[in-house]
Amino acid sequence: MIRAAETRKNAPLWVRLLVPKDAPLYQRNEAILGWLMAFPALLVLTIFLVIPFLMAFVMSFTNQRLVSPNPTEWVGLRNFERLLTVRLFTLEPERDEGGALVYDDDGSIAYPRLRNFTRKNPDYPELNGLREFTSWQSGENRTVILAADVVFLRALINTLIFAGVIAPLQGGLALLLALLLNQALPFINVFRAIYFAPVVVSMVVVSLLWRFIYDGQNGLLNTMLGIVTFGSFQPVDWLGNPYTAMPALIAMSAWQAVGFHMVIWLSGLQTIPTSLYEAAALDGAGAWQKFRYVTWPGLRNTAVLILIVIVIQAMGLFVQVDVMTRGGPLDATQSVVFQAVQRGYDKQDIAEGSAISVVLFIIVLAITIVNRYLTRDRDTS
Amino acid sequence: MKKAMLTLTLVVFLVATAPMVSAQTELSMWYHGAGNYVERDLIIQIIEDFNASQSEYVVTLEEFPQESYNSSIVAAAAAGDLPDIIDVDGPVMPGWAWAGWMVPLSLSEGALDDFLPGAIGEWNGEIYSVGLWDAAVSIYARRSALEANDIRIPTLDDPWTGEEFDAILETLQATGDYEYAFDLGMAWTGEWYPYAFSPFLQSFGGDMIDRSTYLTAEGALNGEAGVAFGNWWQSLFQRGLAPGTSQDGADRETGFIDGRYALQWNGNWAGITALEAVGDDLLFLPAPDFGDGSTIGAASWQLGISSTSENPEGAAAFIEFAIQDEYLAAFSDGIGLIPATANAAAMSNSYAPGGPLEVYFALSEAQALVRPVTPGYATLALIFEKALADIANGADVQDTLDAAVDEIDADIEDNMGYGFDM
Repeated sequence: MIRAAETRKNAPLWVRLLVPKDAPLYQRNEAILGWLMAFPALLVLTIFLVIPFLMAFVMSFTNQRLVSPNPTEWVGLRNFERLLTVRLFTLEPERDEGGALVYDDDGSIAYPRLRNFTRKNPDYPELNGLREFTSWQSGENRTVILAADVVFLRALINTLIFAGVIAPLQGGLALLLALLLNQALPFINVFRAIYFAPVVVSMVVVSLLWRFIYDGQNGLLNTMLGIVTFGSFQPVDWLGNPYTAMPALIAMSAWQAVGFHMVIWLSGLQTIPTSLYEAAALDGAGAWQKFRYVTWPGLRNTAVLILIVIVIQAMGLFVQVDVMTRGGPLDATQSVVFQAVQRGYDKQDIAEGSAISVVLFIIVLAITIVNRYLTRDRDTS
Repeated sequence: MKKAMLTLTLVVFLVATAPMVSAQTELSMWYHGAGNYVERDLIIQIIEDFNASQSEYVVTLEEFPQESYNSSIVAAAAAGDLPDIIDVDGPVMPGWAWAGWMVPLSLSEGALDDFLPGAIGEWNGEIYSVGLWDAAVSIYARRSALEANDIRIPTLDDPWTGEEFDAILETLQATGDYEYAFDLGMAWTGEWYPYAFSPFLQSFGGDMIDRSTYLTAEGALNGEAGVAFGNWWQSLFQRGLAPGTSQDGADRETGFIDGRYALQWNGNWAGITALEAVGDDLLFLPAPDFGDGSTIGAASWQLGISSTSENPEGAAAFIEFAIQDEYLAAFSDGIGLIPATANAAAMSNSYAPGGPLEVYFALSEAQALVRPVTPGYATLALIFEKALADIANGADVQDTLDAAVDEIDADIEDNMGYGFDM
């Protein structure tokens, strides 16, 4: 018979710190056992997640390169300034000698080229190296948003749009499929397997296949649309057009992952007791009312989980971009992770890549916290 | 007692094997061609011949798939665990030499005299690597198609001029027989862009970087010549003469062979396949001259010695053994590349006088210009690729080239000149 105090005394320091002194014996043993069991997983997580993240955090304040004989130096916030600097600039129109406006051939007001201000102009040192992100007309002037890193800014906005569109789209489609498949029909498992199949296929393979589907000349999609419309459909270069490239990526990504979330919805649906539906039926509830007042409240936790999972996965958008578009055309499909990999690894600027990762981490953390807050269980709060 | 016995056994074993180990020095070698059996057999043949030819060194081979080869080297260098002999892609070599991973290659006097310039890896006045082969690009065309449209067949001495070439593309497109007049290979993202397309820029009189200092791209990439090139480049896509960045890989492989593209900008490595499909009608034509001469990219995989090697003399002896003409010819016959010397070319099946790909040896000899020789090449190449893709998709030419120059210059500054005097 081992006495509690002895167990405690012989236990390693971290156990003594973690287990309260006055906890009953069985609880203390349980806590020790629990930590022991968690230990292998914690070790792996520490080596492959915690330590790399801490390294990235430290490196983002240096000029660390992947390949270089030059010594590593602290550069403070330089990497973040390069990523995030944004300025407003007012471009005044060109005027002739009399002060009148000059017009282009097509009748719009002519402006001097931005490069006159942003490239080594001693009068505008604060604009040096900045590029136009977007601009709009304000009276006679043009207001221009200049950014130090236009590509990163586009990547950030694209990634947020991607996540914002794909979360309701993919979650909703998955729920619809789950509702359809949550019935006792013959061969229902065959259908479940079919919808789940793309999830098992590697994203690289799926991306390669969809490149062929989206081919601008004789791709499957163009051919099918041509047949359906009896030849009146003009082929679209889906991945080559800046306006269709991102929607094409979104559609293809939703198709690939929808089966996974369908299965989670299905598991959620099956936890709702049939007695609730029977009671609702007795009360005279219709199909919509059953869904609204029985199914949906029953899926609450599942919905929160699916929302968070989809958003976090979407923020990590990479493979589709890497295989299908490499960020193009005209940065229409740049993503944050693609930029992190391209700079950190391909361009060998590991410090800049780390800085991007840190920015992404902060954004994902913020989204998750807001998400948790908005979907908190109001009954107990 | 047991322990003592074990120790004794170990000592005896070590003493017994020691002479065996020290008699022959082991040289480790890493190679990028895992998965290609022909290439593997060739390299193993060389190693076996070398090991049998002398008793001082034994070369052992470790192979990597090409996609993960460079990262393996980076990881090994970080861990101080590089092999003695490494192979390295030509334009990447200065980066590795600058990082201190490679040492200059000391071969015997005159060993490289007959070599194609593209097969010799030189940086900072020293030779670091040497290749058994080079690669070259040319315009694939069908003689029948050109003759049907009264198009002159150009020669190495008298290539198409820029204007002539542009008019030819318009003519071929106007026939309506083709989806596109000229397939540039936009589907091959990555190294193909700087390798295959920077020669056009050079022919206009520009370059990816100012090669007189290697400290800036200002003026070279975004000067008048650069903008003229950019405008022409953009017009190829705007006029619908060439498939754009969304081209898929399958179209690239089969488009010319199927007759959907009239002309194709492609490398010697695809020559045999095209010849089998098209036959005698196929022509390999030199790059057009846009005013500043014609050039094509050069340098492929090469062999060099790592700085951590304890036996650089042995490694150099192996490399010198490997660059014999018979091996260059064997590699050429096996995997279709251009042998690095004229003698080896004459011994090879495809590049011998009268051989089907003979023209490529002449192209390499006459027009090869290595890609910018700077440790910053890896970054430079990616910036250039993005600029070309953006311009092809309609971005403003001057602004895009300016942005590329800014990024290149900032990278050079961040790296304190990449070893060039600032």
